[in-house]
Amino acid sequence: MQDRNHLSKVKITHQTKIITDGLLDIPMLQLLDESGKPTDGAKLPEMTQPLAEKILKSMHYTRLLDDRMIGAQRQGRISFYLASRGEEASTVASAAALSDADMIMSQYREQGALVFRGYTTKQFMNQMFSNQEDPNKGRQMPIHYGDKPLNFMTISSPLGTQIPQAAGYAYGQKMAKEAAITICYFGEGAASEGDFHAGLNMAAVLNAPCVFFCRNNGYAISTPAAEQFAGDGIASRGIGYGIKTIRIDGNDVLAVYQATALAREIALAENCPVLIEAMTYRLSAHSTSDDPTGYRSKEEEEQWAKRDPILRFEAWLESKGWFDAKAIDTYKEETRTEILNALKVSEKVPVSPLEDIVEDVYDVPPWHLQKQLTELKAHVEKYPEHYPKTSGRKS
Amino acid sequence: MAQMNLLQAINNALITAMDENERVMVFGEDVGHFGGVFRATSNLQQKFGKGRCFNTPLTEQGIIGFANGLASHGSVPVAEIQFSDYIFPAFDQIVNETAKFRYRSGGQFSCGTLTIRTPYGGGIAGGLYHSQSPEAFFAHIPGMKIVIPRNPYQAKGLLLASIRDDNPVLFMEPKRLYRASVGEVPEHDYTLPLGKADLVKGGSDITLLAWGAQVEVIEKAAQMAEADGISCEIIDLQSILPWDAEAVCESVYKTGRLLINHEAPMTGGFASEIAATVQQECFLYLEAPIARVCGLDTPYPLAHEKEYMPDHLKTYEAIKRTMDY
Repeated sequence: MQDRNHLSKVKITHQTKIITDGLLDIPMLQLLDESGKPTDGAKLPEMTQPLAEKILKSMHYTRLLDDRMIGAQRQGRISFYLASRGEEASTVASAAALSDADMIMSQYREQGALVFRGYTTKQFMNQMFSNQEDPNKGRQMPIHYGDKPLNFMTISSPLGTQIPQAAGYAYGQKMAKEAAITICYFGEGAASEGDFHAGLNMAAVLNAPCVFFCRNNGYAISTPAAEQFAGDGIASRGIGYGIKTIRIDGNDVLAVYQATALAREIALAENCPVLIEAMTYRLSAHSTSDDPTGYRSKEEEEQWAKRDPILRFEAWLESKGWFDAKAIDTYKEETRTEILNALKVSEKVPVSPLEDIVEDVYDVPPWHLQKQLTELKAHVEKYPEHYPKTSGRKS
Repeated sequence: MAQMNLLQAINNALITAMDENERVMVFGEDVGHFGGVFRATSNLQQKFGKGRCFNTPLTEQGIIGFANGLASHGSVPVAEIQFSDYIFPAFDQIVNETAKFRYRSGGQFSCGTLTIRTPYGGGIAGGLYHSQSPEAFFAHIPGMKIVIPRNPYQAKGLLLASIRDDNPVLFMEPKRLYRASVGEVPEHDYTLPLGKADLVKGGSDITLLAWGAQVEVIEKAAQMAEADGISCEIIDLQSILPWDAEAVCESVYKTGRLLINHEAPMTGGFASEIAATVQQECFLYLEAPIARVCGLDTPYPLAHEKEYMPDHLKTYEAIKRTMDY
């Protein structure tokens, strides 16, 4: 039996002093200032031109997709959309710092990471139109993507549930001796959920190679960060759990890339979690069901629009001689056309057949689901005009 | 064959599973070096190392969240919730995650390899927070399987089947029987089928149905009734979800009477579901209304535990009422 002393790291004091806030000084790493110039003394990451171009294109793609799909929702073509304007550097540049073997567990505003991984326009559309070509079989609202070949875990609506799961997934990677980690994204609002605390503590205690990436974008739907937590953010909680932690400017591609690459390296080499708090701003509404004019001013939004992560990165690329405005314009135009064409195709693809309603609940449908399906089929056949999506189809 | 109590049978099943598959991992509060508060995981850490059998922090939602992630990776987690009374912080992870993982991803990802072990039930002077039988909450969750053994032989065979089944299983252990139930258990590897009831004893006048620790209660009541000349058929449901309606209905076609006994409160208990299905399937065969002998619709009492329990005497009285209807 091993002797233990839980006071071994505790120092003694004779002064009655309550610790007040401000003692933990956690600065924000910024490598490019808001005009895109390297900050004083900044050691920039090594980034090749092709990678820089891929990051830029992925950010543009994400924004174009967002803009088009908000439009599609307004036209009534899809039920729901959730954009990520302003947060593209956080999601794209962090994904860029990973290996393709790393698992991504996202919250729901990380389409940028999925774009970078190579999810195609067709795949985005099939998911959003819940059609039979969606590998998730049309079971979830738009934007709840998931793709096993790309190591992108299917998104779940309940907030924060992916956080302890990421600890478990990473533990599995470690036990299987894989050269891979798990990255887990969430917002500062989700960090109020019990699962956040459970997950970070589990990961720290059980030495899970996991990067927790908090997008502190200032709002949880309408609730501003100041009404979400006291203190200056989420980073201090990482310290509290004994987790290596860094706070970064989430609108600075180079800071995001550098910090994520370093966090990944540490997680893998030391079998431990690392917390990144990316300070950013949700320029979009929470979703198409939300209207930010009810809780924040145009002036505030304009202030943040000036800190656009894409513009900042483009300014840096320009200074390197890597920015070809004309080529980007062409890329954007082609992308718009590609999205529109794919949208028109996917919206006409039918939903999956009725039989799918009982599939994947269990590995095989048990007797009671088979019985319910038989009854349902007979009912649909009796009233085919009321169930036009599935009636009269052969599976 | 070896004599084992129910805990030893569970421990033996875990060792068998961990020996056979190195991806099986066992964890929960106090399950590591200490071997669990009931000792179900004794010696596992010594035998298989800290990587595969370990303590977790005190967070049920964390345990199941972690287990879900581990299962989705393809590992085979056997997570322990120390008392089923404390499973509720993990309710969201079980309801919205464990059970829906496969469905929501179109079968791309799943938690099928997960088994959640948890002791349940009363009769141990545990009061309202160490005695609950929450199976009905989980029976309402498509995607879950729920399994409850009544003796050491079943415990080993059903636990091994649960660990190997490609669906998440909530394995509820009747803690009242942990040491009280002793029996012959094969030392070799074997499984018992999930979703199947166990016909404990044949009979012709009335079907008595229970699971877990209550099976011995209905057996005792049956002995009293048989002294009165009433022939009782006894069925142990074993699996709550999916449950073996076919076996139960076959029995009721024959006997024309059904009594269901469970420890959990009456209202919304799993007996309600069984009764609804049986009256649907066997309406013209029924000689009497289906009887339910259950816990009261109160929290589980401490001082009045004996009065609360759906014991053999209450069951015996209900058998007579059903026969006299």
